Amino acid sequence: MKETVGTHGLVFNEPLLWEKGAAGRNGFSMPPRDVPESPLDEALAGDGPDFPDLSEVDVVRHFTRLSQWNFGVDSGMYPLGSCTMKYNPKTNERQATLPGFTGAHPLLPAELCQGTLQLMYDLQEFLAAITGLPAVTVQPAAGSQGELTGMLIFAAYHKSKGKARHKILIPDTAHGTNPASAALCGFKAVAVASNERGVLSPETVAGLMDEDTAGIMITNPNTLGLFEENIHEVARIVHDKGGLVYGDGANMNAIMGIVDVSQLGVDVMHLNLHKTFSTPHGGGGPGSGPVCVTSELAPFLPVPRVVKTQKGYELSEDFPQSVGKLHAFYGNFGILIRAYSYILSMGAAGLKKATQLAVLNANYIKEKLKGDFHLPYDRPCMHECVFNDKNQEAYRVTTLDIAKRLMEYGFHPPTVYFPLVVHGAIMVEPTETECKQDIDAFIETMKAIAAEARENPKLLHEAPQITKVRRLDETLAARKPRLTG
Amino acid sequence: MKEISELQFAEDVRYAEDHEWVRMEGDTAVVGISDYAQDQLGDIVFVELPAEGDTFAQKDEFGTVESVKAVSELYMPIGGEILAVNENLEEHPELVNSAPYTDGWLIKVKPSDPAQYEALMDRDTYLEMLKGLQE
Repeated sequence: MKETVGTHGLVFNEPLLWEKGAAGRNGFSMPPRDVPESPLDEALAGDGPDFPDLSEVDVVRHFTRLSQWNFGVDSGMYPLGSCTMKYNPKTNERQATLPGFTGAHPLLPAELCQGTLQLMYDLQEFLAAITGLPAVTVQPAAGSQGELTGMLIFAAYHKSKGKARHKILIPDTAHGTNPASAALCGFKAVAVASNERGVLSPETVAGLMDEDTAGIMITNPNTLGLFEENIHEVARIVHDKGGLVYGDGANMNAIMGIVDVSQLGVDVMHLNLHKTFSTPHGGGGPGSGPVCVTSELAPFLPVPRVVKTQKGYELSEDFPQSVGKLHAFYGNFGILIRAYSYILSMGAAGLKKATQLAVLNANYIKEKLKGDFHLPYDRPCMHECVFNDKNQEAYRVTTLDIAKRLMEYGFHPPTVYFPLVVHGAIMVEPTETECKQDIDAFIETMKAIAAEARENPKLLHEAPQITKVRRLDETLAARKPRLTG
Repeated sequence: MKEISELQFAEDVRYAEDHEWVRMEGDTAVVGISDYAQDQLGDIVFVELPAEGDTFAQKDEFGTVESVKAVSELYMPIGGEILAVNENLEEHPELVNSAPYTDGWLIKVKPSDPAQYEALMDRDTYLEMLKGLQE
């Protein structure tokens, strides 16, 4: 095969800053003074904090070397299933550092921060238009907190109807955090088995749904990358028993701009701005998990809410049925700017095109690789496809070995061993970011690895060899975690 | 992971479909998971067990085992009251991997219906079931 991006290279070791430097070294550049000079408060005088003595070049090399240890979307393809590791356009960063935003203090009165409030309000409107659910909060700090918000809204809704409910239905193909979010609100999670086609059967849901069940949490498409084709019927069954339907937006990148979620029967849905809307995901920044609801559920949304009046934009706490506050101030505002920038850059047609390409890319990979890797559900997928290691079992090669070997070729491994309904799952989500040439390189690499598994499995068992660290002892890390330096 | 022929299957226990085993010691049922189950899970890093005195029906979830790959539920192979839990597993969850039928036991149960034990699979029936799963 052609030369791949993965190669041998010199990666530097680097100690902690505190282990570097020598007394007397320093380096700084002061910004121009933009406040009037005033005498120092005596209480602030005295010895400085115990910082290491470092020159500018010490610090620059430190962080440059650490950055070599990283693999991010800016380095290469990152097909981590259900995580939507799409490229984060640099214009988002540029907008987020506009001085009007970076200089805004969270305690400014509304009349002095109309722009920031308008951005939040407009973003809410955009997300409402994208999902079809008219009322939106941008306060939750991540997908998991969005789920928690949704479950708090479920509980508040049933309480307002006069009867608390105690159970939540969660399919075995739902996003992994759903049971925890439901349990945090005191609900008992009831597992719903998917059928032989990898989706929900209305009969199974009907058999479990009762009047003590608050509703169902559905990830659509589910974590097998399959569209829940019976969702209308499932939603009807749940609604008939007085329950609500939660849509986990983890996989929104498969349906953004194409599907009106409210028409599917979804009452509450969270979105992951750090997935679908191109804000940094993982170590790159905080998350943001806005929650969109039907107008019937709008009174329960968290406060404060941004409202538009004749005088302009205001923050209002005047929603007596609200579930309350979930985050200090107004959520991760810097992330909201980036998502707003993305939506405006793309436009409605661009968002729709992104979805189409994300789905096309996943199906292309699925078709190209299904001869080499076992495909448990052989049918059209959405934005991700799930293989497993069944074909490699005879060579004693596992999913983990395949993932480790892929790193040596310069790719981030896909999600492995999830979803749990597929034994040894390898879940690939290319996103719309990758061009055909890069996807072809990934396919060619996976085929080469499948050949290595047959001919020289030792290469896989011993991978990775050329990375900075080899296989880490995950078992020891989990059994005896060291939580301090 | 190992071939079935490389795994150990104790003869003095009975097996449930969810891969738990039961050994009767007098009137007490000792419960653990099979060598097949521990091998499938991989290195176990945490075992969550019920409290003494809790009562469960057969097939109720009574705890979880967490490996580096996944968290799996544990189901009661036989209904009854929890008489004891293996407290060693808190510090040494690896016992479930290294000695699944002896030191890696999970709970001791006072069975509510001893007939449930008789209805579980013997070694050969369980092995047949596992071979069926592999196809």
